[in-house]
Amino acid sequence: MAGRGIRAVVVWAGALALLALFITFGKPLAPWAFDWPRAAELPAARWISALMRWLLNDASFGLFTFRDLTRAVAAVIDLPYRAVLGLLSGGFGALPPLGWLAVTGLAMVIGHRAGGWALAALSGAGFLFIAVFGQWTSAMVTLASILIAVPIGIAGGLALGLAAHRWPGLNRAITPALDLMQTIPVFAYLVPVLILFGFGPVAAVIATVIYAMPPMTRITQLSLSRVPSELRDLGQMVGCSRHQMTWKVMIPSAREGLMVGVNQVIMLSLNMVIIASMIGAGGLGFDVLAALRRLDFGAGLEAGFAIVALAIVLDRISQAMAQDRPGARAGHSYLLVALAVLVLAGGLTMVLPGAQDYPAEARLSTGTFWSDVVRHINVNYFDALEAVKNFFLLNLMIPFKRFLIGLPWLGVAALLALAGWRLGGARLAALSGGLVVVIAATGLWEEAMTTVYLCGIAVVIAMLIGLPIGVLAAERDSLWPGLKLVIDTLQTLPSFVYLMPAVMLFRVGDFTALLAVVAYAIAPAIRYTALGLQGVDARLVEAGRAMGCTRGQILWRIKLRLALPEILLGLNQTIMFALSMLVITALVGTRDLGQEVYIALTKADAGRGLVAGMCVAFIAIIADRLIQGAARRARARLGLET
Amino acid sequence: MPRPLPEPMPALKPGPMPEPMLVCRDVWKVFGPQAARVLSDLGPEASADQFVTKGHIPAVRAVDLEIGAGEIFVIMGLSGSGKSTLVRCLSRLIEPTAGEILFHGENLLAMSEDRMRDLRRHRMGMVFQHFALLPHLTVAQNVAFPLEVQGVARSEREDRARRMVALVGLQGREDAFPRQLSGGQQQRVGIARSLAADPELWFLDEPFSALDPLIRREMQDEFIRLQSVLKKTIVFITHDFDEAIRLADRIAIMKDGAVVQVGTPEDLVMNPATDYVAEFTRAVTRPKVVPVTRLMGPVTGPDPDATLPARTRLAEAAPLFLTHETVRITDEDGRTLGHLHRADVVAMMLEG
Repeated sequence: MAGRGIRAVVVWAGALALLALFITFGKPLAPWAFDWPRAAELPAARWISALMRWLLNDASFGLFTFRDLTRAVAAVIDLPYRAVLGLLSGGFGALPPLGWLAVTGLAMVIGHRAGGWALAALSGAGFLFIAVFGQWTSAMVTLASILIAVPIGIAGGLALGLAAHRWPGLNRAITPALDLMQTIPVFAYLVPVLILFGFGPVAAVIATVIYAMPPMTRITQLSLSRVPSELRDLGQMVGCSRHQMTWKVMIPSAREGLMVGVNQVIMLSLNMVIIASMIGAGGLGFDVLAALRRLDFGAGLEAGFAIVALAIVLDRISQAMAQDRPGARAGHSYLLVALAVLVLAGGLTMVLPGAQDYPAEARLSTGTFWSDVVRHINVNYFDALEAVKNFFLLNLMIPFKRFLIGLPWLGVAALLALAGWRLGGARLAALSGGLVVVIAATGLWEEAMTTVYLCGIAVVIAMLIGLPIGVLAAERDSLWPGLKLVIDTLQTLPSFVYLMPAVMLFRVGDFTALLAVVAYAIAPAIRYTALGLQGVDARLVEAGRAMGCTRGQILWRIKLRLALPEILLGLNQTIMFALSMLVITALVGTRDLGQEVYIALTKADAGRGLVAGMCVAFIAIIADRLIQGAARRARARLGLET
Repeated sequence: MPRPLPEPMPALKPGPMPEPMLVCRDVWKVFGPQAARVLSDLGPEASADQFVTKGHIPAVRAVDLEIGAGEIFVIMGLSGSGKSTLVRCLSRLIEPTAGEILFHGENLLAMSEDRMRDLRRHRMGMVFQHFALLPHLTVAQNVAFPLEVQGVARSEREDRARRMVALVGLQGREDAFPRQLSGGQQQRVGIARSLAADPELWFLDEPFSALDPLIRREMQDEFIRLQSVLKKTIVFITHDFDEAIRLADRIAIMKDGAVVQVGTPEDLVMNPATDYVAEFTRAVTRPKVVPVTRLMGPVTGPDPDATLPARTRLAEAAPLFLTHETVRITDEDGRTLGHLHRADVVAMMLEG
């Protein structure tokens, strides 16, 4: 063991020394290893743009053209969307939409069905909040598009997952595609969607579905493969047909996992609300985006809170539904109550106009208050805030950025290939080295390194804060439930919400982006650390105590060592969260790949956006595979996995 | 030296059944991407290591078995011996790599998917180690599930499920969900379900291994009771030798995918074929495996009032002789087969 440890140190020291030598003296010798020669750049962006043009203008399936296909898809989505929108917001001709009282009442009935009185109260409070703060109309537009996107996302993910489960060949084919879809930033495929489906709510629903479907697909595959083999044998033994096997054995047995997927689809759809408004979703997302653009923090914050209220209500309801409660009251009695609510609320509307539209005089607004707070802080503490910002920028961020951008791509590729080789053999080495070369070949090296620098610093800070909190929570059992609620709630917030306070205090720039990314990425760092420590075999802790270890020794010598694989996975998730947030911070003026994607979006340049998006995905995939490899090795060494 | 046992009566002599219901001929199961080719390349004599170096695992090796109608046939082996794979080959849940499996003389491996499904629906039942109850269905719905799959009308299958639930002693729990039941109760549901379609061939894959020892004993008694009523042909898998000798008419002992020895419990204990079998039987005393029919004499004098079924082992019969001098041995239909006297039993018990 010791011999291997020494060998690893020697290998790494040698590799780093070689790299340092190369950086110092290599530039005049091999300038091409530092800056990818322009002549050899991959014109991937042009290829993609050409492909899009071809799809749009020339592609045909014989009977119908590609264009007809996109139009048909749009029409299929448009119809139910208009129906739901009419019901919630616009009304049908002379018929008014459901009033706020009716919708809030219905939400309470659904809440009660899923989780009893507590959830009914929460649902009611959430919708009341939206009404009181005057966000009702926008919120219903948003809710309408969620109500359309979520079922499509669930059905699509389920179908794809089932198909992948049945045909192993398809499974092998879609796994890398899913990896890519989950790591590629949303902005990148907004452009193609925009080009194919035009600006409007339908395009927004499609982008939302594309974003929310991969996790459902993956969770479906996973839950189906986790159905005990005995249940499958049972299905065979009683002579199930294929159809019966799927619908009577597999899906009911995988139900719990599938409901987690449903919850994921809902949360991701809500997360998309603001981004989708860039291609015409309207509603709350549009309000937030517009407020952010004119730096009206108060208005943005209120619309943001309304999204959070929606998110919390939908999240809790779907989670409660996932918890299987046998013998829950029969569905038809709820149907009756729901009808009664509708009739009652409708009747009230006749006599009381306030039951239809929430009365304006009873509305509250904290918008000006928040704007005043921000103004106050900026007037009185401007110097202090500037000093903090400049300190970090000058001493940490800028030097690190310069260092990374100065690195030769060849050296980085070689180093990551070495890491891949040590952690997972030749295949991983080829993957990590190869992807670095591809990134360099697209000519986006500098932007990529800027992404790595921001992401790297953010992850380090998030881990530095998250690890101790996680350890503390795991050591003090009384802390964990409260902390868990906080993390869960933080994770239901759409990522844009994190951007707002940071922008308010520090305006635009890398430091603001960094703060938002850290705030967004800290939750998994805490969660995985705490769960990892709690998951350590209690017998080992007991053995440690029996040997007379102090609390510190138990933590340091037993728990942290055994929890290492989990903590590594937490690191992995932190990086993924940081990368996804980083792209959104392009709105506050970073100069990384995210900005490249964002510019492409504003120019509707599909090729440019997709290429930059792919680069982000490649960075994510390299980090993911290397850390997974390290976690696997750690598990194997601990005998937790063979 | 134990004294030689008297010769069994000709009518009860165990031996090859007149018409075997299920026959295995040279059945192989090799796991791996090129199983059939690797098997034919290496040939039947190859060692396990030779398979492993080619990336394949021989789970079942050249198994020949004959299982007679109405017999309780126990396949015993430690974990990894291939017994679960073998039982899944018998019902073609796992496709064997080579060999023949004849059910009433017809080769299962040559059957179409549809025919096989039909066979499983109507003529085979299976009980699983971890119960394999569907979590979203009630007890009654779980038991009725095989009938639902067959498309039996609701009222009929509910009726049948109720009777099956009663048969395993779970009346009143029809509307409970599996997670509300204890392990023993869950397996009772599993048993009721496997019997719902009234199969003739009944597979039990380590049905009691996941249960506590006390419950296990209780379930074994229950199983013996059920079989005395139902008279199925049974293939019973276990890793517990005590369970095997308690329940079996005949036992096949498996090691590394191959059947080492097949015989009655008594055969195995008296004449272990290999050291491996001897290892299992060493701690087993003869009275535990010798059936009462082996020591009984012809009917002499008036019938005593105490009776024992023919398949009772001596060790289990012994306590009865504390209060009785002579006991009548009866067959399944209650007819007298012979009389067993205390002196013979005592002599055998003392020898151990």
